[in-house]
Amino acid sequence: MSAESNNPALSREAEAEARHEDLVDERLVAWYFLAGLGYLFISMLGGLLMALQLVQWNPLEGNEFLSPGRWRMIHTNAVAYGFIANCFLGALHWAVPRLTLRPVFNRHLSTFIFAAWQVVVLSTAAGILLGEAQGIEWGETPWWIDPLALAGLALVALNFMAPIVKTTGPLYVTIWYFMAAFIWTFLTYAMGNLMPQYSVPGTSAGAIAGLFIHDLVGLFVTPLAWGLMYYFVPILLKKPIWSHGLSLVGFWGLAFFYPLNGIHHFLYTPIPDFLEHGAVVATIAVEFVVTTVVINFFGTLWGSGRAVVTNLPIRWFYTGMVLYFITCAQCAMQVTLTFQKLIHFTDWVVGHAHLVMFGVFSMWFFGMMTYLFPRLLKQSWYSRSLCEWHYWLSVSGIVVMFIDLTLAGVFQGYYWASLQPWEASIDGSHPFWVTRVFAGLAIFAGQIVFVYNLWKTWSLGKVAQPAMAT
Amino acid sequence: MFESKSGILLVGGLGFFLFAFLSNAVVPILLYQDMPEQTVEELASNNQNLLYMFEDLSRRYPDQFEKYYGEANPESLAKALTIGRKVYTGEGCWHCHSQFIRPVSNESERWGKVASSDEYQNELQRPVLWGTRRVGPDLSREGGRRGNDWHAVHFYDPQMLSPTSPMPKYRWFYDDNSPDKPNERGLAMITYVQWLGSWLEQYPDYENYTPLEEQMRNPLE
Repeated sequence: MSAESNNPALSREAEAEARHEDLVDERLVAWYFLAGLGYLFISMLGGLLMALQLVQWNPLEGNEFLSPGRWRMIHTNAVAYGFIANCFLGALHWAVPRLTLRPVFNRHLSTFIFAAWQVVVLSTAAGILLGEAQGIEWGETPWWIDPLALAGLALVALNFMAPIVKTTGPLYVTIWYFMAAFIWTFLTYAMGNLMPQYSVPGTSAGAIAGLFIHDLVGLFVTPLAWGLMYYFVPILLKKPIWSHGLSLVGFWGLAFFYPLNGIHHFLYTPIPDFLEHGAVVATIAVEFVVTTVVINFFGTLWGSGRAVVTNLPIRWFYTGMVLYFITCAQCAMQVTLTFQKLIHFTDWVVGHAHLVMFGVFSMWFFGMMTYLFPRLLKQSWYSRSLCEWHYWLSVSGIVVMFIDLTLAGVFQGYYWASLQPWEASIDGSHPFWVTRVFAGLAIFAGQIVFVYNLWKTWSLGKVAQPAMAT
Repeated sequence: MFESKSGILLVGGLGFFLFAFLSNAVVPILLYQDMPEQTVEELASNNQNLLYMFEDLSRRYPDQFEKYYGEANPESLAKALTIGRKVYTGEGCWHCHSQFIRPVSNESERWGKVASSDEYQNELQRPVLWGTRRVGPDLSREGGRRGNDWHAVHFYDPQMLSPTSPMPKYRWFYDDNSPDKPNERGLAMITYVQWLGSWLEQYPDYENYTPLEEQMRNPLE
């Protein structure tokens, strides 16, 4: 099966004959999505535990391995490296071979990467549970896992770059984002996990930690996710992207401005002011770029608006895009020093993080899964109405959580600045934290509905096509 | 260039990343390269405030202290600080408590001196634990504000001292589930928290703020 990939260039005829079955390893795509969903549940359990702790309803207190502090780190790491990374790898295994008309570098390597990545994620979780976390936000991965994770990222790049390098002629937008993301992800992970620990201390390490927090979202998640949107949206709407020029502005604007944003996570720290101000300006510039991308996608939707009602994947994608625009518009405001005075350190930021990670990127994955699982399982969804429940529970949960945490942040900021006793801010936060528990439970319920629907669909497929199940 | 493989890989992927790295990471590295990084041993040997607190700890919990740290001296202090930093990181304390005072929002009124770079040039801030969220208060001026026994009870059961606190109970910092018996991790955590801000010459007022009821009271009554 890797014979083809050993050929330096496929002939035109071979390209025309490329068949889906030879290109895409469907089982692997399904495995990645299932693994991703598994970690999503682990992450949601962590989030729930922390939410219960905040309102003093935690029934599991006193056990070291159920400590909310540790599970808080599992919550974020399981989402970033378990859920999001696995879903990306699954979607890439579908999109890259179909776009380039060539299989990945080596299918055995793909299987190996799948297994190795689960080892990375599970040992990260184990390390954090045992209290071995590293002191870098989003990079709590214990130091002894970092080299393995880096090797995994390099192999991922090799596996997907092989078919991309062999293509001739113009490259589609999606491929721009993917290529850049392979380089950025590796560099970002190496910089953030190694430098603050081994090479520089104090304030300069803080600047690097800021770059890392931001690049992980901006240079790993964002480009891969937008690349997939540029791939799936035109296919589902059956028409090309509205403006090639705006696609160029979006990609190059992101490539230039996004890496310059990082220090905005640490405004008013001892990091020199001119660097903080530079990060603020670059962040506002990103929001202009984002606007062009969102305009481009709504230009594409123009004339096909009904698809948002009838086509569930399209609805997931465009809901994510609306929330993305809200996140970024919010970001342009909250990054200013005026807003920072009030809302830094508060739940406002937590609301922002949930909106972007769940409200945008997770929604896009749910859209992709809603589209791909029937194709992978050769069986249409068991229940359309359960798909609707998944959508509405997730959307209402995240919207309530976002508004709730944003308001909580404003209150907390004013409690602190007015020099009231610290407890006043805790008491004032309590109703918001209670609301957050229930918003989180709505999201949780939505995912349970989804997994139930998926299981029923899978069982139906097994009955209908016993040959496919093997 | 804008749509070619080499342009995207070299200019977008590598070039812009390096540009950002140079301007946002290398610049502060160069700015602070002449500021020496203190080792834990240096921190432990020239801090009388902290050594005093550490000796206090050894007298309050003599058996436990003897068992895990022997005598109170700069060497055992360095050991406790190192373990303390590891526990503080591993328990995720830094996700609910920040370690820097900003020059805005009355933070210096509440906690004291605004943070400066020299405070972070040491081995115990590698990687730096500024944090990004405050569920509980900032801790970078916590040292010396409260006694060791207060902290021992507080880690055991925060709600005993602060009924509405959402902080978890850290029972695994104690032997025999007893607040009188902080173990290696418990003693290290108390020492670490007492270290925070102990390098400053003066401790600011924290608990002297007028309670809300008094603030709201009509002064003419």
